[in-house]
Amino acid sequence: MYGGGYIFDEPNGKQLREEQQHDDPEKLEAFEERISRGEKIEPGDWMPAEYRRQLIRLIEQHAHSEVIGALPEGTWITRAPGFKRKLALIAKVQDEIGHGQLLYNAAETLGKSREAMINDLLSGKSKYSNVFNYPAKTWADVTVIGFLIDAAAIVNQVANAKGSYGPYCRALERICYEESFHLKQGHDAFIELATGTPAQKTMLQDALNRWWQPIMHFFGPPDKTSQHSEKLMMWKVKMASNDEMRNQFLDTYVPKILELGLTLPDPLLRKNPDTSRWEYTDPDWDEFFRVINGGGPCNEERLQVRKWAEEHGRWVRKALMNPSERHALPVA
Amino acid sequence: MSNESLDPRVNRLKLDDAGTVIRVEEGENWNVYEVFHQEKRGAHHEHVGCVHAPDPQLALVFAKEQFARRKKCVNLWVVRSADILAFDVEDEDMFANNLEKNYRDASGFKVMEKINKFKQSK
Repeated sequence: MYGGGYIFDEPNGKQLREEQQHDDPEKLEAFEERISRGEKIEPGDWMPAEYRRQLIRLIEQHAHSEVIGALPEGTWITRAPGFKRKLALIAKVQDEIGHGQLLYNAAETLGKSREAMINDLLSGKSKYSNVFNYPAKTWADVTVIGFLIDAAAIVNQVANAKGSYGPYCRALERICYEESFHLKQGHDAFIELATGTPAQKTMLQDALNRWWQPIMHFFGPPDKTSQHSEKLMMWKVKMASNDEMRNQFLDTYVPKILELGLTLPDPLLRKNPDTSRWEYTDPDWDEFFRVINGGGPCNEERLQVRKWAEEHGRWVRKALMNPSERHALPVA
Repeated sequence: MSNESLDPRVNRLKLDDAGTVIRVEEGENWNVYEVFHQEKRGAHHEHVGCVHAPDPQLALVFAKEQFARRKKCVNLWVVRSADILAFDVEDEDMFANNLEKNYRDASGFKVMEKINKFKQSK
């Protein structure tokens, strides 16, 4: 689930310039040529400092999002309606944690240790996808997450899988394969509620209303406000703009929601036939920034649970530790 | 923390205050092992990724969870990443090859042409 594409801070101009000055211009040119030829960059290859920095940020935040994203859904494993739904949800949550591991490994190939990444998550320095700072109040919330948040993440991940960094692409290939199961089981549960009893329909509509704004937030601020970094696009770190991805998501999924007789809480939402772009009420971007900076309903709880797990699992890690093993980074 | 979570499990935990600092020590998440996956007997083991584990036995257990929970798998190998010896990527040019290597390839020898020519000449 959960591409972390948007949480990405754009490089601050001064730092970028300073770091670029240190990059060997000949190597930089060869690097950029490789990328424009569509070659993948591998861990041992030369890369610009800023490329490395941005990729670590991106992959690390993606990894954190997978792990934190398992929390609101994990909550519902014990209360999933029926044995099949419970099995599917357990499998899904296991996948998400597995994706976190794959992504931490990919980020590690760039030289940041797993422990450093976890520490940055626990201290609040690293972010994760904003949507997971909202609670899953009912089973219908889990269904909306499983269908629509996963769908949004797939849009993001499929784009990133065509990026330039080899280990990230390989991890995403596997992740996208498993996401397609998540999406399908989410869609299935979604349809079941939408075509069920009046109480089920009401529950689903309520959840949809609650989640619509976080979903619109998912791809990040509109292109006109975020300083769009040409460099990151050129280096194939960032593969599509926020608005492009949001538009693509709406294109595919709004019809799937409406065909089930549900409504979306935005009277302005429509596809402009002339531009073939979606028009919508801008979600509250102040709320977006407030939540990402720690002010959401569940920010505190998510990190506390994560810290609890880290602390209470420590004795197991210590007990298993073989001090003769020296640490190494993954080769690929 | 006054627990007001919607998660019954969270409410049973005694969570520390949000401000509590938890630090993971370097090396606490163990070491990296590369994982090789065999899809069917007789096939090559293929590199599929890596896991963090404290020793090879647990690396196998984690590799099974991570890389063999779907689809077919008949065997797994793990090896410490640190034990892998590889050429430096900078030395890639040493693999550059003369592409005219017909002489060491079956396709470089046209015996039928010669035989036919011989038969026709008779």
